[in-house]
Amino acid sequence: MNHAAMPNRTVLQKLFERPSIHTMAPATKIVVYGILLFWTVFVVFPIYWLLITSFKEAADVNGGPVYLPWIDFQPSLHAWKELFVFDYKDTLKAYVNSIIIALSSTLLSILIGSMAAYALARIEYKPKFGTILLFIACMAGAVVAIARLGADLWPTLAAALGVFYFLARVLSRHFKLVVGNGDILFWMISQRILAPIVVVVPIYLMFQNVRLLDTHIAIILTYSVVNLPIVVWLMYDFFKSIPIDLEESAQLDGASRLMVFWDIVLPLSKTGLAATTLLVMILAWNEYLLALFLSTSRAQTMPILVAAMNAGERGILWWSMSVVIIVMIIPVVLMAIILQRFIAKGLLLGAVKG
Amino acid sequence: MPAVVMILVFSIFPLVASLIIAFSRIRLRSGSYQVRWVGLKNFEKQIFGSEQFHFLGTFAPISVAGWMLAIGATAGILWWLYRYASRRFTLVGFTGRLITAAFGIGLAFLFAATLFSGKQFGTLGVTLFYVFIGCGIQFIIGLGLAFLCTQPVRGRNIFRVVFFVPMMITPIGVGYAFRMIADTTKGPFSPLWQWVGLGEFSWAADAWAARIFIVVGDSWQWIPFIFVVLLAALENVPRDFVEAAEVDGASGWEIFRDVTWPQILPVAATVMLIRVIEAFKIVDLPNIMTSGGPGIATESMTLHSLFAWRALDLGQSAAVAYLLLFVTVVVCVSFFNLVVLGRIRKS
Repeated sequence: MNHAAMPNRTVLQKLFERPSIHTMAPATKIVVYGILLFWTVFVVFPIYWLLITSFKEAADVNGGPVYLPWIDFQPSLHAWKELFVFDYKDTLKAYVNSIIIALSSTLLSILIGSMAAYALARIEYKPKFGTILLFIACMAGAVVAIARLGADLWPTLAAALGVFYFLARVLSRHFKLVVGNGDILFWMISQRILAPIVVVVPIYLMFQNVRLLDTHIAIILTYSVVNLPIVVWLMYDFFKSIPIDLEESAQLDGASRLMVFWDIVLPLSKTGLAATTLLVMILAWNEYLLALFLSTSRAQTMPILVAAMNAGERGILWWSMSVVIIVMIIPVVLMAIILQRFIAKGLLLGAVKG
Repeated sequence: MPAVVMILVFSIFPLVASLIIAFSRIRLRSGSYQVRWVGLKNFEKQIFGSEQFHFLGTFAPISVAGWMLAIGATAGILWWLYRYASRRFTLVGFTGRLITAAFGIGLAFLFAATLFSGKQFGTLGVTLFYVFIGCGIQFIIGLGLAFLCTQPVRGRNIFRVVFFVPMMITPIGVGYAFRMIADTTKGPFSPLWQWVGLGEFSWAADAWAARIFIVVGDSWQWIPFIFVVLLAALENVPRDFVEAAEVDGASGWEIFRDVTWPQILPVAATVMLIRVIEAFKIVDLPNIMTSGGPGIATESMTLHSLFAWRALDLGQSAAVAYLLLFVTVVVCVSFFNLVVLGRIRKS
């Protein structure tokens, strides 16, 4: 647009004209800031509402909305006191449970997942498709035998493994179709499609059989497995992006594969590790459905505690509920704000290639 | 490979066991349980039998609008299938598309027989509503916000952090917070509701209002995820491309469509795939906000299965879960093969 050709521009025209290529026209600016501010309010408001509800007396909650502390209503600490001074045992226990479970399941899945991802990224596997099918068939046979015919658990399993080994030795020469690393990776990721509700009942029965129901171990193991695909997927892309020369030279100098992994590869993929850890930890921290099945009282986690507060005799105690929710989200939000740059980068790298 | 072993133990084994449960009727006794093989009875009950209203919806004779929808959708899907088959034909590709097409036609008739004939649909329809409507809204808003944040705006980093926060909050918390906020008598917007004359209106008693509120809560929580990933993708688009297009006199929309969009497309498709997969599992929000009510209007399939489990009907529970798995796999694989791969090949 040639400015000299139109000397008499109206105010309206100026409003829609960009002063330079790096700035926006005033009208656009208003709209953009308007939308961004609106969304900020939309995002912050529920959190703000939770926060002020936690300082309200029962009358302030039930008597219609009040918005501003000290102006509309007198904030009080009664709900906080109730939860932390008089009745802290349940909350504390659930909190500690949640922390233990989230931390250890994250650690476990990161450890196993990143090793698997590294192996997939660097070593070529060529299992035969037929062998895998055979293995699954044997296992299915064992399961059917146990469930339908009432066979004992361990002998049947051992027998199935034996049959599999024998058949594999005999038949494996005739299998042609080979499964590559890409297929294994895809299979792992596809496990994420599996809705937890599909497998939760058998997992429940399984833990019931080995008497691990309502223990930390059961939940930690289950969470680790549920989050494993994400770890493998994200870390695989990170390991792929690391140049292989470094590792090769280290191997020439006589380092073992484990040493290479531990001393060279892991430090190089810190960003990815941070992002993945954060994501997995959030998922484990907030998980509800599996915990609902696997824990009753001893291993109860925070989401279950919060959800159970619904069932009081006096209706929902919104103020206590708000306190618990706030206590629950504070650590995650703090961590997320500190690490948010990593997570964007980490997810991006995974998404571009995955 | 301990990872493979662990996934095998925790997913394949339960998957097989779950299939067995889906085919049987289980009686829980004190301390033990009894399994009886009933074949496809559990599935039959969900699809044709006494649980049909719950899973598929209440059927009515198909109305005129219903017939129009069903026939229109069928014709469209068949035309799409024909076009594919006449252009290039591979057996695997055709079989895959055949499954997708059959699924689509089935859904069209289902919606025609329930929703468009004045009746309600069941948990299948509700789940698909959450997935498609919810994810669609989330993608559009997330992309829009990410795009705005790449503009020369002051305080961009503050917006970025603030927009990111909801993803951290436990879905249970989100459910309770929105239940408080949506309350028309005691919630923060009750003066507003009264002003528009809806003071006595309870959203939890109206099927569509309840569904929409759940989608709003879900969106509030998950838009940040899409936003963060797309923002990172948008920032990876080389500035030179955009500036070159600007110098050539392309309008903002043209730049977006022809320069930016192809660049972020692979990421966008992947993030949507992740989101769709997760959306199928929705359970906490409906459970907290409405407990699936009014009636079964907001019950997702996971919740349906959970309720069946609570009633100790493990067979039904597993059957519903398996149906959910089937639907998820068909939708996700179709989405991946047709949209993701197709678009990437084109661009």
